[in-house]
Amino acid sequence: MAQVTLRNLVKHYDATPAVRGIDLDIADKEFVVLVGPSGCGKTTTLRMIAGLEDITGGEIRIGEHVMNDVPPKDRDIAMVFQNYALYPHMSVHENMSFGLRLKKTPKDEIARRVDNAARILGLAELLDRKPKQLSGGQRQRVAMGRAIVRDPKVFLFDEPLSNLDAKLRVQMRTEIKKVHQQVRTTTVYVTHDQVEAMTLADRVVVMNAGQIEQVGTPHELYHRPATRFVAAFIGSPAMNLLACGLEQSAGGMLLRLSEKLALPVPQERTERYRSHVGKPGLICGLRPEHIFEQRPHREPGQEPFEVVPEVVEPMGNETLVFFGVSGVDMCARVNPDCGPRVGAPLKLVADLRHLHLIDDSSGNVV
Amino acid sequence: MSAVLKQEGVHAPSKPGSVRKDRKRALYWSYFFLILFVIFFLLPPVYMLITSLKSSAEIGAVTNPWFVYKPTLENYTALLSSEQYLTFFKNSAIVSVVVVIVTMLISIPAAFALARMKFWGSTALGMGVFLTYLIPETLLFIPLFKIFAWVQDLTGIEMMNHYWVLMVIYPTLTVPFCTWIMIGYFASIPKELDEAALIDGAGYLQMLTKIFIPVALPGIIAATIFAFTVSWADFLYPMAFTTSADQLVLPAGIVTILIRGDVYAWGQIMAACLLGALPPLLIYAFLMDYYIAGLTAGATKG
Repeated sequence: MAQVTLRNLVKHYDATPAVRGIDLDIADKEFVVLVGPSGCGKTTTLRMIAGLEDITGGEIRIGEHVMNDVPPKDRDIAMVFQNYALYPHMSVHENMSFGLRLKKTPKDEIARRVDNAARILGLAELLDRKPKQLSGGQRQRVAMGRAIVRDPKVFLFDEPLSNLDAKLRVQMRTEIKKVHQQVRTTTVYVTHDQVEAMTLADRVVVMNAGQIEQVGTPHELYHRPATRFVAAFIGSPAMNLLACGLEQSAGGMLLRLSEKLALPVPQERTERYRSHVGKPGLICGLRPEHIFEQRPHREPGQEPFEVVPEVVEPMGNETLVFFGVSGVDMCARVNPDCGPRVGAPLKLVADLRHLHLIDDSSGNVV
Repeated sequence: MSAVLKQEGVHAPSKPGSVRKDRKRALYWSYFFLILFVIFFLLPPVYMLITSLKSSAEIGAVTNPWFVYKPTLENYTALLSSEQYLTFFKNSAIVSVVVVIVTMLISIPAAFALARMKFWGSTALGMGVFLTYLIPETLLFIPLFKIFAWVQDLTGIEMMNHYWVLMVIYPTLTVPFCTWIMIGYFASIPKELDEAALIDGAGYLQMLTKIFIPVALPGIIAATIFAFTVSWADFLYPMAFTTSADQLVLPAGIVTILIRGDVYAWGQIMAACLLGALPPLLIYAFLMDYYIAGLTAGATKG
C-alpha cells in the first residue's frame, strides 16, 4: 500500500514560514494535485515528501512508515522535475537505467524495465540519443521514463509541463493521464495551472500562503468552493466577484449589486442567507457561464438585467462580454449569435441558482 | 513617411546603410589594434626563433636581429643530445604531471564540497581558497623555504634540492585557482541534477564521479591546462628550492646551465626556451576551446 499521510507538516526557512501545518491523506493509487499561486508552499511540500527538504515540524508517512529522517533514495519515490534534470552526458537509455545500475539491478531486469517504460512513453526509437538531441516534450517523457523504471510507491511531479509551449502542454497532460491509468501509482503533482489541476486530478489540494484552502474533487472545487480564494482561483475566466448586500423586502430577499441593480435571491437559498441580511462585507460570486444572453425559456432563479459591454472577445464557440457593475469588471459568456457589441445595451440573465455568497470577514463561502 | 517625420518629438531615422558603415569602421579599428597586439606579443617568440637558428658566430657578429644569414640547427642538436637538458625536460614533465594529478585530486572534491554541500563555514572557506591565490609567490617563497628547512631539521627528510619538493610546493599555486574555476563550473550545473541523482540513489561520491565530473569536463580540462602551465613554467620556486643540475627543472635549468659567468649561450638559450615552450603550446593548441569554455562557463549562469 502506498498511501501518503501528512500530519501537521511545517516548514520554516529561518524565521519565514513556508508551510504552516498541512494535514493531508492521499490514498493508494490516487492522483492528487497541489495547486496554488507562486510562493504558496506547494513545491516545498512536495520536496519534503521527496526528502529534498528537511521538515521543521510534523510527520510524513509513506505507507506505514514515518519518513521524516529517511534519505530520498530510501523512500521508494521517483520525481519528475520542471526542467527535466536529465543527465546531459548520458543517453536516454543510460538516463533511465541510472538508478537501477546504482542498485546493481541485473542487466536483464534493467532491459525489461527500460523497454517497458520506453514502450509506454513512445521512446523506443530514442534510446541511444542524448538529451540535447531531444525536443522538450521528448525530454519530459524521458524524465517520466526514468521515474517509471524505478517502480516506486509514489510519483512526484514538480510542475513538469511549465517549460513546454501551450500546445505541447495539452498533449503531455493527456500523456501523463494515460501513464497514470496504465501504471496506477500514487501520484502527487504540483502545478500553478488550475486547468492542469482540474483535468488531471482525482482530488485537488488548493494551497495559499502555506496552508490548505480546500481539498476536493475538481467538481467539488468548481461548483462548491469553500473560500473566496478557491472561488477566484479555480475557473477560467475567473469567477466574477462583486461586493453586494442582502436586503429583505416584502417580495422576498434581494441581492443588491449596485444602486440600480438588485436581483431576487432564489427561494431555496433564503433560509441559508437569512442571518446575513443587512450584514456588510458580503461578496457575490458568479461564474461567467452563469451570466448569459436572454433565452426563450427562463428558469426560476434566472434573473434578467441589462448591461453595456465594454469589451467583447469572440472565442468562436462563445463570446466573452466584459462589462462594469459598480466599477468592477465582470464577465459573461454569451452565444455569439446574440451579436454583442461594445457600447450597445445588452440584455443578460444571471443564474442565481449558482450564486456563491462570500463573507469577506472570514473569506468563507456561506 | 513624411507625415511621421513631421510629427512633433519624433526624430528622423538614420540614413540607410549608416549602421553598416559604423560597423565597418568599428571592424577596421578592431583589426588595427588586434594586429598591433599580435605583433607586440609575437615579436619575442619570433625573435627567439630567429636567434635560435643562428650560430654563435653570427650572434656574436651582431648582424640583423630579424634575419638569419646562415641558418643552422646546431643549437637544437646540441640541446637534444645534451643529457643535462633532457634531464631538465624529464624533471619538468614528472613534476608537472604529478602536480596536475595532485591538484585535481584536491581541487575537484574541494570544489564539489564548497559548491554543493552546504556546511558551516563553506562560504568563508570558499572565499579563503580564492584569497590565497592572490598572495604572490614572491612573498611566499622565503617563508616556505624556512618551513621546509625546519621540517628537514626536525625529521631529517631532505626537503631541499630535490625536484619532488616542487610537487609539494606547486599545488599551493595551482589548487586555489583550480578550485575556484571548478567552484564556478560546478555551481553552474543545475541543482536538480544533484536531486535527481540523490533520488536515484547516488551518494555524494557517486554523484561526483558519475555526474559532476563528466558534465564538468570542460572545466576540469581548463583547470588541468592551468595547473600544467603553472607548474611547467614556474621559475622562482625551482630557483629557490633546487640547485643541483640533476634536480633542476627546465626554467631554472636553462638559465643556470646555459649562462656561465657572464657568457650567455644565446642561441642555445633561445632554442632551449622554444623547445621548453612546446608542450604547453601543443596542449593549448588542442584544448584551447575547452580552456575558454571552462573559464567562461560560470560567467553567464552564475
